[in-house]
Parts: sequence; C-alpha cells; structure tokens
Amino acid sequence: MTALDMAPPSVQQAQSVWRLRWKRFRGHRTGMIALGVLVLLVLFTLAAGPLAALWGIDPDSTDLLSRYDPPSADHWLGMDDAGRDELLRLMYGGQISLLVGLVSTLIGGVAGLGIGLSAGYYGGRLDALLMRFTDGMIALPLLPLLIVFGAVDLTKLGFSSEFAHSGAAGFWRVVVIIAVVDWTQMARLVRAATLSLKERDYVLAAKASGASPLYVMAAHILPNVATPIIVAGTLTVGRVILLESVLSFLGFGIVPPTPSWGNMLNNAQELVTTAPALAVYPGLFIFITVIAVNFIGDGLQHAFDPRSSR
Amino acid sequence: MAGFVLRRSLQALLVLWVMSFVIYGLIGLMPGDPLDVMIASNPGATPEVVAHLRAIYGLDQPMPVRYWHWLLDALHGDFGFSRTHSEPVLTVLAPALAQTCKLMLISFGLSVVLAFGLGVAAARKPGGWVDGFVSLFAFAGISVPVFWLALILIIVFAVQLHWLPASGMGTVGDNGFIDQLRHLTLPVLTLTLASTGQFTRYVRAAMIETMRMDFIRTARAKGLGEGRLVLRHALRNALIPVVTIMALSFGTLFSGALVTETMFAQWGMGKMIYDAILANDYNLALVGLLFATLVTLLSNLAADLAYGWLDPRISLK
Amino acid sequence: MTDAPAITRGDAPILEIDRISVHFPLAGGGWFSGPAPMLRAVENVSLAIRPGETLALVGESGSGKSTLGQVVAGLREPTLGTLKFHGVPMGKAEWRAARKAIQIVFQDPFSALDPRMPVSDLITEPLKIQRIGSAAERRERAASLVAQVGLPLDALNRYPHEFSGGQRQRIAIARALAPDPSLIVADEPLSALDVSIQSQVLNLMKGIQEDRGLSYLFISHDLAVVNHLADRVAVLYLGRLVELAERASLFAQPSHPYTAALLDAVPRIGRGRRRRGRSLSGEMPSPLNPPPGCVFHTRCPKVQAICKTTPPMLEAAPGRPTHLAACHFKE
Repeated sequence: MTALDMAPPSVQQAQSVWRLRWKRFRGHRTGMIALGVLVLLVLFTLAAGPLAALWGIDPDSTDLLSRYDPPSADHWLGMDDAGRDELLRLMYGGQISLLVGLVSTLIGGVAGLGIGLSAGYYGGRLDALLMRFTDGMIALPLLPLLIVFGAVDLTKLGFSSEFAHSGAAGFWRVVVIIAVVDWTQMARLVRAATLSLKERDYVLAAKASGASPLYVMAAHILPNVATPIIVAGTLTVGRVILLESVLSFLGFGIVPPTPSWGNMLNNAQELVTTAPALAVYPGLFIFITVIAVNFIGDGLQHAFDPRSSR
Repeated sequence: MAGFVLRRSLQALLVLWVMSFVIYGLIGLMPGDPLDVMIASNPGATPEVVAHLRAIYGLDQPMPVRYWHWLLDALHGDFGFSRTHSEPVLTVLAPALAQTCKLMLISFGLSVVLAFGLGVAAARKPGGWVDGFVSLFAFAGISVPVFWLALILIIVFAVQLHWLPASGMGTVGDNGFIDQLRHLTLPVLTLTLASTGQFTRYVRAAMIETMRMDFIRTARAKGLGEGRLVLRHALRNALIPVVTIMALSFGTLFSGALVTETMFAQWGMGKMIYDAILANDYNLALVGLLFATLVTLLSNLAADLAYGWLDPRISLK
Repeated sequence: MTDAPAITRGDAPILEIDRISVHFPLAGGGWFSGPAPMLRAVENVSLAIRPGETLALVGESGSGKSTLGQVVAGLREPTLGTLKFHGVPMGKAEWRAARKAIQIVFQDPFSALDPRMPVSDLITEPLKIQRIGSAAERRERAASLVAQVGLPLDALNRYPHEFSGGQRQRIAIARALAPDPSLIVADEPLSALDVSIQSQVLNLMKGIQEDRGLSYLFISHDLAVVNHLADRVAVLYLGRLVELAERASLFAQPSHPYTAALLDAVPRIGRGRRRRGRSLSGEMPSPLNPPPGCVFHTRCPKVQAICKTTPPMLEAAPGRPTHLAACHFKE
C-alpha cells in the first residue's frame, strides 16, 4: 500500500448510512413531530380493545334511545346515530383505515415493484407493453373506476353469498381494488431507477461473472432503489387512506357495521344539522393521519437525499 | 408534430376502446341485471315471459357478444336509453358534462392562480416563515379528504353562518345569475382548496430549482432587482414543467369533482355516474365513465402538446 | 476481410475472436416507424490472445474497442462470427462454464462497485454467483486478495465510498482475480485515475500477471500506457482492425497511416521531430454510415483513388510476417 492513494482512515462502519439518515431525519422538525403524532394515533386506535373491556362497552351494540347523546362521563364523545359509543367507534374505525392503508400500499407496491423491475430490466417489447399499460391506467379517472369496482357483485364472480357479505370480504375488496389502481407510480419510479441502474458497471460485472437476472435484481437493483421506494411508499399510504375514506363514505368501501373513518360519515348530510361534531371527528382523524404520513414522507425524502440541505 | 398528434390520438383511442370493454364487463358484474327492475314492477311475469324478454334484449348472450352489439350501436352514435331518466343517454349526459366542465375549469383556473401566488412567495425565501406557512397549507390541501372539507364548509357557511346554500344548483323560481353563483361558490371553493395544495408544491419546487440556476445568479450579480428577477427570469423558466404537470392533473380533478358534486347535489358527471351506479342504470353509468376517461385522456394529450409547444428543445417524435 | 491471422509464436491461443461483427439497431425503431438504422460497432474483426500475454486494443472513442471487450467478456453476443475459448466455440452452455475464467475490470471505479455492498462482498461476488467455496472460504480468499492488491485488511468491512479512485480500482482488480481467471478484460482501467496513481495500478497489474501468468485484453486509448504493458497491439478504427503487431515492431515502425498518426500524437520527451503529413485531420466518420472502400480514406494523408473504392485486406507488412496491417500502401 502506498501512502499516495490512501484515503484518510474512516470510522464509518457498516450501518453508518442508516444511522446518518436517522440523524438527518431527526433534524427534520416537522417530520419528527409527524412521526410522534402518528405513533400516538396508532396507540389510540390500538387502545380500542382494552378500553372497551375496561369500560364494559360493546362498541357494536346499538341503542336507539341514546342516539346522538351528548358527551358524558361514560361516553366521552357521546353516542353516534345508532347509539354506539363514538370514541370507541373512532378507535376501531382507525384500526381498519390504517390497516387498509398499509395492506393496500404493500400489495400495490409489490405489484408496482415487479412490473417496474421487469419493464426496466428486460426492456424492449415487454417494457413498451407494460409502460403503455401503465400509461393507460394513469389516464383513467380514478374514483369513478373505484366505484365501479366497489359495486361489483362478488357472487357473480363465483364467491359464496355468505362470504360476499361478510366483513372480511368488505375489507379485502377495498384493499384489492385500491391496490389494483394504485401501483402505477411505484411501477414508473422503479422502472426509471432500474433503467439507469442496469447500465452500471457493477451490474455488468456481475453479469460477466454469470449472474442471473434474478440475482442482479435482488443483489444490485433492489437495494439501490430502496430509498425512493420507501419515500414513495410512505406517500402512498396517505393517498390510500384518503381513497379508502372516500370510497367508504360513498358506500362502496368498508361496509357497516364494521366502522372505518370513511363510513362513519355515511350519513353526514344528516349529521351536519343534527350533530355537527360527529361529522367533524372522523374526518379530522383522517386529515391528521394523512398529513402526518405526508410530513413523514417529506422528512424521509430529506433524510435520504444527501444533496438536500434544508 | 402532426405525426405525434396522430400517434398519441390513436393511442388514446386504443385506451378508450380497451376501457369500454373493461367497463362493460365490470358493469355486467354489478348486482342484478337490467330486467330485475322491470320484473320487480310487474309481479305477474312468469319465468317464460322473463326468458322471452331476456332473449329480446339479448341478455341471454355471452358478454363479448353483447359488448360487440353495444359497440356497433355506439359507433353509430346510439348509446342506448337511460333507464332512470327514460331519455337517450346523450340527452341526459350533455347538461351534466357542461356543469362538470364549468366546475372543473373555474376551480382549475383559481387553483393555478392561487398556486402561483403562494408558490412564488414561498420560493423567494425557502425555509422562511412564509415558506413554512405555505408548506403547511399545501400539505393540508393534499391531505384533506375532499368530502370532509365539503362537510366542514357546509357546517360553517351554510348551517352556522347561513351565508350560502348547502346544496343544489339554484333556488326554485330564481334562476338569476347571482343565485347560481351563490350555489356554485361552495363547490368551487372545495375543489379549489383541494387541488391548490399539490399545485403549490409544484410551483414552489420549480421556482426553487430555477432560482438556483447559474443564469439567475448572473442576473442577480448584474444587480437586477429581486422582483424583476423573480417575475421576468425565474418564473418564465419554471413555467414550463409546472404548466405541464398541472395540465396532467386536470384529469385527476375529476375524482374531486365527483365527490364535490355528490356533496353539494350538483347535477354533473360525477353525481350522474354515482347515481347511475347506485340505481343500476347501466347504459348511463357506462357512457358516463367513458366520457370521464375521454376527458382525462384529452387533458393528458393537451399537456403533452403544451409541453412541446412551450419548450422548443423538446422534439415531439 | 481475411482469415484469422497467422499465429507463429508460442502456445495455442486461449481466446480466438473469429470474424466477429457487432451491429446494433439504434433506438427509434418502433411499432409506428420503419426499421431502425444499424450501428456497425465492430466489423469483421479476428484476433487471438495467447496465455500470459497482454494484447492491447487501441483506438479512439467510438472505434468499437469497448464493444469488442464486452463480447470477449461475454456481456454482448456478436451479431456475426464466433468466439473460441481454448479452441471451443462459445455458446450459452460454454459461457456458463467459462464465466469464472474470464473477468472484466471497468474504466470508472466509481460505477464498477455497488455502493451498498461492503468490500468483502464485492470481492467475493463472482465466487458467490458461481457457488464456489463456503462462506468462510470465500472470506478467507477475500482477505488474501485484499493483501495481494495492496490494501489493508480492514478494507474488507468498509464500503466503496470510503475509498479513493485508485483504491477502488484495486478493489475491482481483486474482485476480478477472485475466481482465478485466465483472462482479464481491462476496459481502460487507468484512464479515470490521476496520473500519479496510474503507474501504481499499472505496476500492480504487471506484477499480478507475472505471478499468475494470466492474459490481459487491455483496452486503452493511451499509447504511452500500452507501450509500457502490452506484448502485442491491435488498432481499431471505425470497428475495423487496421493493424495488429508486436509492440516493439508497431512502436518502432507503424505500418498503417492511422497508427502512425496516433503515435505522432503522443507527446514524447527527447523526440522533437514530428514527421510530416502524419497528423490526423477531421473527425471520425459516423459508424452509422461508414465511407466506402478503406474506411480511413477520408482522413488519410496517403489516400489514392483505390482507397475510395476497394477495402484493403489485413495482410503482412513488407518483410514483416507477423506485422499485419489493412492498408493499400502499408509500410
């Protein structure tokens, strides 16, 4: 070893990149606040079960005599339009809304990742075909399409009637239809990154050593697109929660009696005059959740991008 | 250029055609079928009569065959009858399309103007308090559920303050311009607020990017006033990508319009599609969805053309 | 243009390039436009590399030398012609077996190493892909390789961004050495490095060759470096092989006017004399639309009528049986 081309000794070790990023994220004030808010929200929704047990309240039992009861010592936020505890419904509804956000993003993200990787890596006709398909998807009016999907009668697809009307079917239907329309951004992002990464010399070197396409994608391309995927995935969670809420609000998403923040506003037109507070709470939770997720995404972008200095 | 327009138009037509098939298939999967209502209103119908009716309407044929017949009719300009309105689909659709275009164009124009004002103001001093405020506003705009925003506006301006009507397109017996405007205010406000957030972020990002470029530094070094610098030099260069991306977003405004129209009982495309799906009005839902797709495709095409037209360095191949 | 050049010296070649051409369709061919124009990057080139020798591939950028290097490294399939490794024509199955015997080192040491892998993984990657040895054995091998290329042991646990360009190129060399290859394609391995570092890496490569007896296909546009390392030199122009000779013979008396011009462009101390009429004028023509006859005629100081119509054959220069040149008026 000659002294000439020896870089100064470095103390950075294997995990340094992630540690550095965490440090940068911590420096992003709004991102950190948003993270705190989101953690609190998750804890809030998870408290539903224990609190219901503690208070001895069944969140699903209706009581028409106490419809729209104002807040009281027993029911902090009062009762909803069917005489159920509004606070517990908000907690349970939050679990559903957050879960839809996560699972849809995951499924759509994996689909987009697969499509983007194959299009970018194999190129040629496959790429042209997949990207025309993606462009076509992007050109579609999102919400009307989702509503049509939401209106599909599952029994006509061969599912049993019990399943088609079960709560699980309601949940998975929303998850699947959102994933079906919301993979395009991920696909385009991954494709663009793959196109540039696959020309890198280290990919060529691996190929020259006999690496299979699967090896190259797993060892060299995926780790290098992880950063944009994480950022885009975070922002997708926010978007998906919004989509779920509007679908459920319109009556094509999560089906009552299972609560979600969206379907708790089903009869909002009525609530506006009778109990305006009930029209405010669920939406406020959606709003706070999504804005927190988006601020976290912004913080991640800042933390992952070495050029940003803000 | 002409070749580009032609090719993109062909592609758009292709997408539209594929979509018509997909939507036709999906609508066939919705609960019930067109005869259910007819049968329900006529309890005396025997199974034989029903089967006969099915054959007359071609409902006993497999889906691709039915689609083919629909397509042939559609190509002759016959989109069928709306069941709920008992009128040809296009007759029902025309006023709805006009109403939606009105709502979308006004909101789009307002949000573009707002976004440029806010975005430019924020970009003048990134990290400053104006920027922080604008960013918060933009994030709120992206994150707010449109239907909830509409609810809040209704609660505040209609229920509490009684300033504006909560729904409808005009008071019965009063068709004056002022009355229509009052009914349009809350929907437009909702849609504008909901789309301004994203647009503002585009403008801000493009402006910050441009302000960092060498020619801006040169201009600043020459002693050009800050106001002139922003307006004459930076804004003009930031304009191209921003206008393109905004035009691309015009189609996505449709989703917001659907919600807004439903919330405020405005008879537009969104409300029409929503009602048609709820009421199993197959023909109307199908054509409504296709027109919505067409509007989106056209706005994307316009965005691409605008891009090539605004930026002479891009050659349209 | 000709049959494979006669090999007169030494052992059987480890690698033979037999009348290889590489053409690629340019982007733009699509469903709505006609067939894409063809770029003729390499045209009918034949070469052989002997065990333990360094064959330098020389030419300006755009001459097709990197493309040819990629063919030799198995990264690109030739459009025409065959590649023989130890006398066996290479097909898909043969390549699978030969991957570990032929390795490649790239020009840009910043792009050649995956920034997300620690050096130990980078070096042992070819072994891992080929499923050679256990994880522990591979780690051991990485340690000995790091020492061989002159890096400290603790380099193994670090990431590429912690190293300088010269160090990275050493890592890339260690990586290429990992599967114990008999041929390394070195695609301009020095040109991205500082001049002071170049000689260190050059000497490292030389030392490795002496220790291991492996062959290099050394792609370069830098004739001074080539003069230092190569045994034989092949000169490419517009994808055609225009001259192929022993280093000494080529540097002493180039036969092709293009080679002569290249040599004259090299600044040398103590030789102020610049021979007349040998400097290159004009640009290299586009390989999309190569000139007829001898492809060099548009820039050749010795051009005659025949050059514009008849392509010259690659043949021995007068009185020098192992010095081949493709010129109607070779020296």
